[in-house]
Amino acid sequence: MDISLSHVDYRYQANTPFERLAIQDVSIDIPSGTYTAIIGHTGSGKSTVLQHLNALLVPSEGRVTIGDREIKAHKKNKDLRQVRRRVGIVFQFPEHQLFEETVEKDIMFGPMNFGVSEAEARIRAQHALKQVGLGEEILVKSPFDLSGGQMRRVAIAGVLAMEPDVIVLDEPTAGLDPRGRKEIMDMFYQLHQERQLSTILVTHSMEDAARYADRIVILQGGKVVKKGTPEEIFSSPAELLQMGLDVPEVVRFQLKLEEKCGMNFNKIYLSIEQLSSAVAEQLGRGVKS
Amino acid sequence: MMEKMIFGRYVPADSVLHRMDPRSKLTMIFLFVCIIFLANNWQTYTIIGLYTFLMTGLSKIPVRFLYGGLKPVIWLVVFTFLLQLFFTREGTLVFHWGVIKIYSEGIKMGFYISFRFFFLILMTSLLTLTTTPIEITDGLESLLGPLKKIRFPVHEMALMMSISLRFIPTLMQETDKIMKAQIARGVEFASGPIKNRIKAVIPLLIPLFVSSFKRAEELAVAMEARGYRGGEGRTKYRLLSWKAADTLQLIFLAVITVLLILFRS
Repeated sequence: MDISLSHVDYRYQANTPFERLAIQDVSIDIPSGTYTAIIGHTGSGKSTVLQHLNALLVPSEGRVTIGDREIKAHKKNKDLRQVRRRVGIVFQFPEHQLFEETVEKDIMFGPMNFGVSEAEARIRAQHALKQVGLGEEILVKSPFDLSGGQMRRVAIAGVLAMEPDVIVLDEPTAGLDPRGRKEIMDMFYQLHQERQLSTILVTHSMEDAARYADRIVILQGGKVVKKGTPEEIFSSPAELLQMGLDVPEVVRFQLKLEEKCGMNFNKIYLSIEQLSSAVAEQLGRGVKS
Repeated sequence: MMEKMIFGRYVPADSVLHRMDPRSKLTMIFLFVCIIFLANNWQTYTIIGLYTFLMTGLSKIPVRFLYGGLKPVIWLVVFTFLLQLFFTREGTLVFHWGVIKIYSEGIKMGFYISFRFFFLILMTSLLTLTTTPIEITDGLESLLGPLKKIRFPVHEMALMMSISLRFIPTLMQETDKIMKAQIARGVEFASGPIKNRIKAVIPLLIPLFVSSFKRAEELAVAMEARGYRGGEGRTKYRLLSWKAADTLQLIFLAVITVLLILFRS
């Protein structure tokens, strides 16, 4: 399912002294089956963009197209549930949304709201729990008895059980330890690969964006300042650094190599493996020092 | 969702009312609430009305914003009016249709009471609109200071108040966040049959309670870690200063009170 934003503006608290233009003239295309990263600092408008992706916010100006549904400014947009079933959002700190007595009931909550039968929801719950790497024994536990990391996974399972066509992730690994972080990011990437699940990652981590995404959108001050493939984006690291944005460690390392060891690569490498084989190749050819 | 809420909200601006000492504003509101009951004819209501509008003007709060925020309350005012209109059985009968009987006193009382109600709401909103919560608590603590002599825990009360005021916006944000997360999971808060809508409150309230308790505990630990011991011997970072404008303001209110007493019937 394709999602596209065209010339979207959003104003918070319109017509009050607190009025604030959060995003301005944002146009993004997210074709089906892609992995898109939306990057920006705090206050860049990424959360606002995210909430447009399943019509939690309706644009103040412009138009959002989600599949065959069009959401326009200045219009009453009714019955948005179908849209929300197809676009699952994992919010930042999703464990805050847990409320049921047992883990199983909480995971079943989403699917059942969208009209899935209880039996089917139960099967989905078991399946989703396995996907996030938790054992079935916790199905009967209260979600409030779990550890922070487990709660996070249960909440993610709750969104996966809705079986959305598009999954939107808002800093899904905030506050987790490095291992948990990698496990969760790898799990989403695997889902994306296996099922061609469209994935939209909202983050401020350039590392994650470079490693997983095939398209990157950079937001700053509520505007799209750059979009393209990771190679395109990171091909001009100086520009990014100037905008106050980070570049992945690999890219920084490559820049240092070029600067200090007089090496010259004709492209930017986004993984350590690629870079090291490129270095090995150059060294093999022999570098005059 | 709660963007239009006006109660308890502070609107920063640079106006005479904003600059006043919170103690004088609190005293003014307290007196205003008392003297509004002195009004009992059209002359006195006009005086009270003019005073209210003068204060609103001095606050420099955009009228459009006030109007938007007070709109929901207007219904309450209208309801009060109708209640008085239909249930007062004094004066001469003006209108009679079936069981509905409207008396002249009913119309009069309806107007008076709904105006009184409206002025009260407007003035008390002005207090919070022009005074930060911290200023209000500081002002209250200072005004209630003498009660310390009879061992009334003034400081603790002020602290409780400032903590709860401080967390209102946080709680609102949190509500908004959880609401959105649950809407994304298919909950409908604003449409559908009433029964479902009531049930929809559960997935909102439970997470809110859980996080509020957690936050309260964290705050208590943080306070203890920094050696908080209550108000004893504590000095203040923000000092209240009583200026000429404050005295003038109270004198003006006293004049209004005298006028009210003179003109009331």
